[in-house]
Amino acid sequence: MTTSAAERRDLGSWIRARGYTPTVWLVLPGVLFMVVFFIYPVIYGLNLSFQGRSGGISAYLDFFTNQFPHDSGSFQTLWTTLALALPSALICLVLAVPIAWRLRRGVRGVRVLTAIVMIPMTLGSVFVAEALNTLLGPAGWLNRLLLMLNLIHEPLRLTGNFTGVLIALVLTGFPFSFLLMLGFAAGIDPSLDRAASILGAGPTQRFWRIDLPLLLPGITITFALSFVLAFAVFPSATLLGNDAGPTRVLSKVAYQEYSNGNYANASATAVIMAVAQLIVLAIVFLIRGRLYRGSTAGGKG
Amino acid sequence: MNLIAGLLEPTAGSIWLDDVRLDHVPPEKRDFGMVFQNYALFPHMSVADNVGFGLSLRRVGKAERRERVQKALDMVQLGSQAAKRPSQLSGGQQQRVAIARAIVTEPRLVLMDEPLSNLDAKLRIDMRTEVRLLHQDLGLTTIYVTHDQAEALSLADRLVVMREGVVQQTGAPQEVYESPDNIYVAAFVGYRNAIDGRVGRDGRIDIGDASLVVADAGDRLGGAPHAVAMVRPDDVTIAAADAAPGEARANAIPVTVRVSEYQGRVFAVEAQTAGGTTVFGYSETLLQPGTAAVASIAAESIRVYGEDAPHGAARAAAAEAELAASGVPA
Repeated sequence: MTTSAAERRDLGSWIRARGYTPTVWLVLPGVLFMVVFFIYPVIYGLNLSFQGRSGGISAYLDFFTNQFPHDSGSFQTLWTTLALALPSALICLVLAVPIAWRLRRGVRGVRVLTAIVMIPMTLGSVFVAEALNTLLGPAGWLNRLLLMLNLIHEPLRLTGNFTGVLIALVLTGFPFSFLLMLGFAAGIDPSLDRAASILGAGPTQRFWRIDLPLLLPGITITFALSFVLAFAVFPSATLLGNDAGPTRVLSKVAYQEYSNGNYANASATAVIMAVAQLIVLAIVFLIRGRLYRGSTAGGKG
Repeated sequence: MNLIAGLLEPTAGSIWLDDVRLDHVPPEKRDFGMVFQNYALFPHMSVADNVGFGLSLRRVGKAERRERVQKALDMVQLGSQAAKRPSQLSGGQQQRVAIARAIVTEPRLVLMDEPLSNLDAKLRIDMRTEVRLLHQDLGLTTIYVTHDQAEALSLADRLVVMREGVVQQTGAPQEVYESPDNIYVAAFVGYRNAIDGRVGRDGRIDIGDASLVVADAGDRLGGAPHAVAMVRPDDVTIAAADAAPGEARANAIPVTVRVSEYQGRVFAVEAQTAGGTTVFGYSETLLQPGTAAVASIAAESIRVYGEDAPHGAARAAAAEAELAASGVPA
């Protein structure tokens, strides 16, 4: 009895010495969850995508040669999706970085401002799409105002096309990038700005030489995340765009194939979506790897 | 300090330097150098780029910039660390980089905001000497803010003691140290004992348990009925009550020993009078806690300050903790 107890203790300490503690078992439910709800569906979907018209990679070939039964231009949607997601993520950043930088020290009313900024995010894309249709549509307020002021002679086409979807994507994506950037900007040690200004740097020089380099890692992360968000766009593209042609996006193709029972094609489209995102993310993180990523503090606090 | 640097706008008053009004000039146009308490080095730049930052903003050519950066780094003995990132240096080294960065542009005025307070005790003393040497070599006018009495006394050519934004005393360090103007300044420069008393006849201060003969009584009393007597612990000798009183001791106060710490050669003693006043002093021999003892103080080492009401000593004690001093080596 005593020996076995001792042995058991030895085994225990052997396990602990390798950095495993009994608490490790607490991750088990999480691992199970991942396997059941993430890894299994991914493998299932991957497997399904290889069961196209004539098996193997035929579903992928069909995608790239535009031979899906319910989509005449499936390959084109890959470029459409990228053409929507990349600029919208970029525009969000270009808007969010300077505003977050200005607000990094906190300004009177910054809470109210963040609340207002967050509203489009909480309302959801359908609500935003409806609002934009009434505001920017051919008979919307903006066009009526511009016509009334004689600034234009026929309504601007801001909805039902590429522009409409891009505006909607920027509007829903901006709060997200802004909040992320505000966090990064507020994390920069304020004494660095003060040190730079005493050394002779004006506000512009401080932004370009101190704050922007320290924000770059955060900028890349924000870009990556808002790109991923915009890439899966579906409601905005359908409601504000023209999903029969110019703003037909990948998720729409997948939806179309899926709802017509063509699961292999839908899965192949989903895999292509994932790979396209991964390629963009890989490029972003490759750039990020070459940047300074250390602390944003100027020394002991 | 932030007002002088231009980081804050004054709500009242004005700031002048050499007959030019400064308080609405932005910090980047003032041509100052500043050393921060937390160093504030740019973490994404090398040590050399940190030091050269001010020079590059002043459009100093590349070759000259490199030369001046190297010279400044050599001055703070970091010549070989130029290519490193600040995070690869120790705290003392980082602070030296910050000093090099502040002086390399040869600014009109160098501001130092408690630059040594984040360093450990030994390094602090070493760096203090280095700052003094740098100042002697370069002769840059420097305003140095510190809460540390030893730093203030050893670095300053001119010392300004401030409390809650009000200047308490200005003068050479020796002057401030020898004859502080009020109890706050006295508490800051090491008069740790503050004893309440009533002003008696012929320069005596009645402190309840005893009466003190005071050499410099008069000018600072201003006819006030109450007084606070301030004495440095160094000037208080504590001895056991039953020890042979070789000669009649001046200003002997009966006390009870509370704590006695050996500090090499002497014992630092904290004792209490019957009235409850704490007395700090030194003893030649070990005194057990609870021992009855006598604290004696030479008449000329006491500074007395007139008070309109009793219990001024408590304010002095509180002030000791919060006092800030700034030295202006001119």
